[in-house]
Amino acid sequence: MDVEVTAKSRKEHKKALASLNDARRPSLALQLKKHAWKHLIAIAVGVYAVFPILYIISGSLNEGGTMTGSNALFSKVAFGNYVDLFNNPYKPFANWFVNTIFVSGVSAIGSVFLSALAAYAFSRMRFAGRRAGLLTLILVQMFPQLLALVAIYALLSEIGQVFPFIGIGTHLGLIMVYLGGALGANTYLMYGFFNTIPKELDEAAKIDGATHTQIFYGMILRLAAPILAVIGLLSFIGTSSDFLLANLILVKPEDKTLAVGLYSYVADQFNQEWTIFAAGAVLAATPIVALFLYLQRYIVSGLIGGAVKG
Amino acid sequence: MTGQKTEASVAKRVKANRHLTDGGTPSLVGVIIKILLLSLMAAAMLFAVMILLANGDIAVGVLATVVTALVILIYLKRGLLPLKYMIPGLIFMMIFQVYVALYSGFIAFTNYGGGHIGSKEDAIAVMSQTGQERVPDSPEMEIRVLQNGDELGLLVLAPNGDGDRSWAFGTADQELTFDRVAGDAASPVVPGFEELNFQGILGVQNELFDLRVPAQSFYPSAFVITKDGSYGYFYQPTLAYDPQADSVLRITDGKEFFDNGEGNFQASDGEVVYPGWREMVGFDNFTKAFTEERIRGPFLGVTIWTFAFAIITVLVTFGMGLGLALLFNDKTFRGRKVYRVAMILPYAFPAFLSAMIWRSMFNEKYGFINQVLLDGASIPWLTDEWLAKLAILLVNFWLGFPYMFLITLGALQAIPEELMESAKIDGATPMQQLRLIKLPLLLVSVAPLLITSFAFNFNNFTLIFLLTGGGPKNIDAGLNAGHTDILITLVYKLAFNSGEGSDFGLASAFSILIFFVVGSISYLGFRRSRTLEDLN
Repeated sequence: MDVEVTAKSRKEHKKALASLNDARRPSLALQLKKHAWKHLIAIAVGVYAVFPILYIISGSLNEGGTMTGSNALFSKVAFGNYVDLFNNPYKPFANWFVNTIFVSGVSAIGSVFLSALAAYAFSRMRFAGRRAGLLTLILVQMFPQLLALVAIYALLSEIGQVFPFIGIGTHLGLIMVYLGGALGANTYLMYGFFNTIPKELDEAAKIDGATHTQIFYGMILRLAAPILAVIGLLSFIGTSSDFLLANLILVKPEDKTLAVGLYSYVADQFNQEWTIFAAGAVLAATPIVALFLYLQRYIVSGLIGGAVKG
Repeated sequence: MTGQKTEASVAKRVKANRHLTDGGTPSLVGVIIKILLLSLMAAAMLFAVMILLANGDIAVGVLATVVTALVILIYLKRGLLPLKYMIPGLIFMMIFQVYVALYSGFIAFTNYGGGHIGSKEDAIAVMSQTGQERVPDSPEMEIRVLQNGDELGLLVLAPNGDGDRSWAFGTADQELTFDRVAGDAASPVVPGFEELNFQGILGVQNELFDLRVPAQSFYPSAFVITKDGSYGYFYQPTLAYDPQADSVLRITDGKEFFDNGEGNFQASDGEVVYPGWREMVGFDNFTKAFTEERIRGPFLGVTIWTFAFAIITVLVTFGMGLGLALLFNDKTFRGRKVYRVAMILPYAFPAFLSAMIWRSMFNEKYGFINQVLLDGASIPWLTDEWLAKLAILLVNFWLGFPYMFLITLGALQAIPEELMESAKIDGATPMQQLRLIKLPLLLVSVAPLLITSFAFNFNNFTLIFLLTGGGPKNIDAGLNAGHTDILITLVYKLAFNSGEGSDFGLASAFSILIFFVVGSISYLGFRRSRTLEDLN
């Protein structure tokens, strides 16, 4: 008797559970109906978000076309613009691409290294002025480098009069300016990550006779490598999208970065050369968008990290 | 006895364990690398300092030497670990962030700019070299070009212009004189120099253009120049500097100009001669911004638009982001991931390219918006004052809403489920749940980011410069200011893109004002987020 009841109730229980599950996962049609208005809004916003990007891709495939001709999306699909892009000696796209990778790459690596050094000191050592140092870093962050654009220009032209290889018009000069912003931008972030690496590891290494440099290069940098890579890539994305400083400092067409170089298309004959510009824009954007989507979760958590804590 | 022993053994143990506190005993390889790097740096700095001293930049040279010596000392000395780790970054930060910020502050109090670049000495030197014209009533003279190694000289026929057909000779370093010429009038000879034929003259064309043979014994402060190697003329600087009176005399009309204390030589009737020189002008640039009508008007307009642009952007994008996040924070809503990727795209796409793409879509004649969406209308999106502002806002909404969507979605998901459930049980309507629970919790975590976003957009140079270039130009303004210029683009235009010559001083004064606005707002943001108190 008892057993029968239990079996029966068990069956009923299962049935009830199943119906519950059904309620949670309705059929696709039902789901669509229920959320129809939500889908409508989402589709509208999605189109708004994606359209300009489709437009530029379509334009880049409109071989030999103009801006006017590109308004009929994907009326033509050919890759001639991509060929033309690399064959304009006055607008050397290949140079711009290499320059961007060089300048942003060196700046990103340099800036990660410099701020990792400083963050290690702040995280692992106790010294007079440590709190003041951290505070200063935060305060320095508040003065965006671009506000000093006049002084940066004046300083670099003065430097250039004595040392032409790091003055106005040089990649090294631009990189130095970017590195100037390194400590302010990344140290505080890395300081947080270094703090999460247990200090006991350092102590164990010290007892085994490791020096501070061995601990830093052999342990901390390796343990933090993934996060350092992410910060480096984010800094790469940021630097490669900089227009103001690069435009200020780089002079010759073959020295420019993508941001500054592509702007020269906008400045003259925009309608005629527009589809070539479009091809350049697509090529310039692809690696950055890919990197960004790849790093999405870090970016989102980085955005939230500080905020949720407060 | 035992006490002493213990003390000794403690000291011994402390000594033995010192490597735990002072960074340990460096390895041989480490020491070699360190010494190599330091020597490389020392060599490079030595080279740099020598160049600096040779250029006469004594102060900078001394400073560089002191800093280099300090750096070497710190790395060779045991201890001082924190400094060892911070110096590389600190040096860059000191120069390219702290120094340039202070330098901006300094420039804001000077008249630095197009007409006032160098020192007073530079200005005087430029005046006496560039402003020059032919000496009135001086003869046109046949010349011959002579060469001795790298040195060029000019043989000048009849420089007295009185019919005496004798030759005079001079070089860049030697005054024009009759004394050095041997031979007769038909075939003059200068010992050591050889005459150049036409071919030879072509070969030294550039040097010849720059050649000035001083000829003060013929006309005051005059020199002989030639343009083609066959005829020469006496030239005189238009302006002559008198060191005793510290004044400048314009030779052509005898007008005198005196140092006006503001970086220029000025005549009694107010006329100034250029170039001027850098001079401290006190608060002139700041008072100009607030009192001079031609600057105050556009400055005020630009400031209002900057605030409006930043505030509207933050509010609207936050609204869009919040709405979408509420829509998407629903686990039963299928296809969220696809929509999400689509909506993140504008944020992932480099902003400088987005601005240029939208610029083409808004193009009045050929753009997609007029041609397709508005069926061939010709609406001046980027050239009408108000439409351009609207276009900028529309584009910035597009650029900004994905960020707001991401942060509000993250913050919404961080709100504990139990809170919402207990609210439901207590009978709160969805509206009440949103207004009384979600929004307040959301704002606590998102507010600092809204402030950051405001500060970012306040200085969103890329968008404005690439989309409208600050235009359309405000023709009523005395400055080169457009209707969509924000403060930072105005700073840029004043410094580098101005019709009337660049004004670094005024531009820096504006950037100092921006700094105070952005700095105080960021400070409020940081105080709210309690970052400052969290430091330990």
